[in-house]
Amino acid sequence: MQFLRKRWRSVLIFALSTLMLSGCGKIVVLNPQGPVATEELHLITWSFGLMMIVVVAVFALFAFMLIKYRAKKGSKSDYQPEQEGNRLLETVWTVVPILIIIALIIPTIKTTYALVKPPSTGTPVVIKAVSANWKWMFQYPGQGIETVNYVVIPANRPIEFQLDAIGPMNSLWIPALGGQEYSMPGMLMRLWLQADHPGTYVGRSANFSGRGFVHMVFNVIAKSPSDYAAWVQKVKTTAPAMTMADYQKLTAQSVVSTMTFSHYIQFSGPRNNSMNAMYMAPNS
Amino acid sequence: MLHSILQIGDKYFMWNEGPMIWTSDALIVLTSLGIVGLLTYLKRWKWLWDEWLTTVDHKKIGIMYIIAAFAMFFRGGMDGLIIRAQLAIPNNHFLTAEHYDQVFTTHGTIMILFMAMPFIIGLMNIAVPLQIGARDVAFPYLNAMSFWLFFFGALLFNISFVIGGSPDAGWTSYAPIAGPFYDPGVGENYYLISLQIAGIGTIATGINFLVTILKMRAPGMTLMRMPMFTWSVLITSVIIIFAFPVLTVTLALLMFDRLFGAHFFSVTHGGLPMMWANLFWIWGHPEVYIVILPAFGVFSEVVSTFSHKRLFGYKAMVVSLVAIAILSFTTWVHHFFTMGAGASVNSFFSFSTMLIAVPTGVKIFNWLFTMYKGRIEFTTSMLWALAFIPNFLIGGLTGVMLASAPADYQYHNSYFLVAHFHYVLIAGTVFGVFSGLYYWWPKMFGQKLNERIGKWAFWIFMISFNMTFMPMYFVGLMGMTRRMYTYPAGLGWGPFNLIETIGALGMGLGFVVMVFDIAYTIRHPEKDLTGDPWDGRTLEWSIPSPAPEYNFAVIPEVKGIDAYWMMKHPKEQEPGPVKAVDKSKIRPIHMPNNSYRPFIISVAFFVAGFGFIWQWYWLGIPGLIVVAIGLFLRSFEYNDEHFISTEEIERTEIAAGRL
Ligand code: HEM
Ligand SMILES: [Cu+2]
Repeated sequence: MQFLRKRWRSVLIFALSTLMLSGCGKIVVLNPQGPVATEELHLITWSFGLMMIVVVAVFALFAFMLIKYRAKKGSKSDYQPEQEGNRLLETVWTVVPILIIIALIIPTIKTTYALVKPPSTGTPVVIKAVSANWKWMFQYPGQGIETVNYVVIPANRPIEFQLDAIGPMNSLWIPALGGQEYSMPGMLMRLWLQADHPGTYVGRSANFSGRGFVHMVFNVIAKSPSDYAAWVQKVKTTAPAMTMADYQKLTAQSVVSTMTFSHYIQFSGPRNNSMNAMYMAPNS
Repeated sequence: MLHSILQIGDKYFMWNEGPMIWTSDALIVLTSLGIVGLLTYLKRWKWLWDEWLTTVDHKKIGIMYIIAAFAMFFRGGMDGLIIRAQLAIPNNHFLTAEHYDQVFTTHGTIMILFMAMPFIIGLMNIAVPLQIGARDVAFPYLNAMSFWLFFFGALLFNISFVIGGSPDAGWTSYAPIAGPFYDPGVGENYYLISLQIAGIGTIATGINFLVTILKMRAPGMTLMRMPMFTWSVLITSVIIIFAFPVLTVTLALLMFDRLFGAHFFSVTHGGLPMMWANLFWIWGHPEVYIVILPAFGVFSEVVSTFSHKRLFGYKAMVVSLVAIAILSFTTWVHHFFTMGAGASVNSFFSFSTMLIAVPTGVKIFNWLFTMYKGRIEFTTSMLWALAFIPNFLIGGLTGVMLASAPADYQYHNSYFLVAHFHYVLIAGTVFGVFSGLYYWWPKMFGQKLNERIGKWAFWIFMISFNMTFMPMYFVGLMGMTRRMYTYPAGLGWGPFNLIETIGALGMGLGFVVMVFDIAYTIRHPEKDLTGDPWDGRTLEWSIPSPAPEYNFAVIPEVKGIDAYWMMKHPKEQEPGPVKAVDKSKIRPIHMPNNSYRPFIISVAFFVAGFGFIWQWYWLGIPGLIVVAIGLFLRSFEYNDEHFISTEEIERTEIAAGRL
């Protein structure tokens, strides 16, 4: 017995510590790297705390009932088979959950409205994020440059991602910086994000869009303002301009690696990946 | 010659895809031959036809639903295990992306529409008429129609695996990836048409049970005296009637896009892909309540029976069911908060979703207090019901967390969500139907399932379930999204995924043990001679097990909630066994005839569906014509009922020891 117990304990400690080591540092949603993710995390922890009240209450009651009222031989006390209900108790467990919900919905609504606005007062950088299965294109209208499957942002400045799609819907998700939003064809969406520090964060598409969906991963590289300016300058001077061939490759169904362009071609026309095919043979 | 055969094999049977398909083909052929051979050897064809395929008896239909649900649980569970095998370790390439996409699509679709739904409807069929003191459902013939439409819908969906290829756009089948442009081929057609056929059957079930419960209750059973399971089915039927037509229309619209070149959902011609998401979830959210409310009903019966106590707060239980039903239609947008419909829209749907927690919480506390001052007996059925409370709570509370729109921006489409919906679907619906199965098994077959093996199955399944899905919450917060066919190492996801896979194997084992329990019970039955093995409270326990064809020799008189308990515990006298059937009150009983037509019409639906899937209109249109002829002939069928004579009733009741 003793031996077993010891072994169990060491197994438990081992399991927990591997989880901690491999896990906690990497639970990215719980380690926000920007104001948006931080605000969302506040809501997550607040809601988790509220839910824990319910968990404790229900688990305690559950254990109490099971231990106290399990059928035992002999004892006839405390058995009231005809008990119908109890007005007071029932009121309590209707009202308390309502209070909990009020405590949750108020910060929820506040945050919902807050996230529509820029997360800080700095001058925003506009980046158009276009999903085209199965890749992400990031166009910088202010700078005229484009990156594919990676994006560079200045730290500490609000980023206004304008989401668009060629082909099916995807969802831009950079958990370290904040929650996601869908990119839909022909319906421009806006997602505000910001990074607190220079660093590299992982982003991906969170909405299934077919076979190549897993490949829609990209790095978000946050740079200090001066590094960022230098990078833009470097792209403008050294990267190639987008050719028509590049453009066709990018807008067709394909998986590509990272690319950089000093100039991009604005997408226009029907938003299927291959419009010609669409017109020719919808159905065969 | 050989060449062209191989070509056909590749085109229609996907022989070019290798050994997996060949093995499946071989297994399917062997199993079918085995079944045919066995039936022939045992000379059971006529029996099969007379007793089952043409039956309109709600009890037999219920049993067939449950058998089919078990088979589909097996199929969907295998899909689940394949998913878990693929995700066990990082960078796994056991499956390709194409195959993985098919597997999670069929897994989700089968589990919800062809496992959860029929299991629930099976239990409804078995219990509701017995609980309300009726001799069958209101429309027995329509009931058979419902079953066979479901059955052939499910069959049609399943054959996609070996003929033409499975759908691969997720169980949500969002346009445009499920549209003709991104998803050519027949897979999605299978999805659309098989769900359509099964869905018609479900609508009929909704109507049938609504009418049955409203019109066929025994004298004295007012609405507020109905057993809670019956209440839950009544409310569920109303949800079905309002929700399923939306699915019918939605599927039809996408079918027009795919088969006839319409553009309801394609951007290029002014269609609206997001309309699919809206329409789908306007059905889809009520749908999850369709599969959970009857499970709630089962828990109410089981908890009260095995606490040997009245249900606590009956009225509140009814009111909360109604509240959930209404709210279930006001929350669909929470499935796409991230669509960016605006802060006010998201705030509204956050709130409406959170509100559902209130009536649900009321129910949880009422179950807990049903045990208060009771005498809790830990049968297998009760174990499933008890395990439901903490496990479902975890699913429900994480659901409230998901309801907070800004937080959902971080959870959406991640494994956090996958964990949430499995916690509610498995700890709610699956635990519920298993609880109901152990509870009503004696009524279905006149024998109790073996409790010892059953408890093993319970513990294995329940613990493994937590092992499978608890880590998913964490891996979701680590950024893993759903529907990824593989993932890189180095993100810390690996260990969690491995634990999940081991858990999934455990769930598979639990399921096998349960099936073994059934097989064991068939060989070593523990007969239930009393008809009331659990000291039950509702009318189904007042008749012999298994229930005779006509259910009640004499329709009982109901004096309150828990009608049978009241008969056993009359106010003035000592409690004791209830008087057997009063011979003088036996009258000939009027029963519906069997009919082969529901089966035939459903076969025709199947053929028509298959034709439309392949766009073989020479097959599809004649199929539909046969359906129409079947319906037409049915309206001129006058001789569709018979009487059971008093002598025969007496004979049956004597054999059951009631006279
Ligand atoms: C046998 C145990 C089960 C296992 C191991 C399992 C595992 C999984 C996994 C890992 C996924 C996510 C796949 C992905 O997104 O890549 C999934 C999806 C899903 N599961 Fe299960 N599951 C099980 C049982 C069930 C049951 C009982 C139900 C319903 C009653 C269910 C309903 C679903 C649905 C609706 C999806 C979503 C499919 C989609 O994304 O289109 N599962 N399952
Ligand atoms: Cu929902």
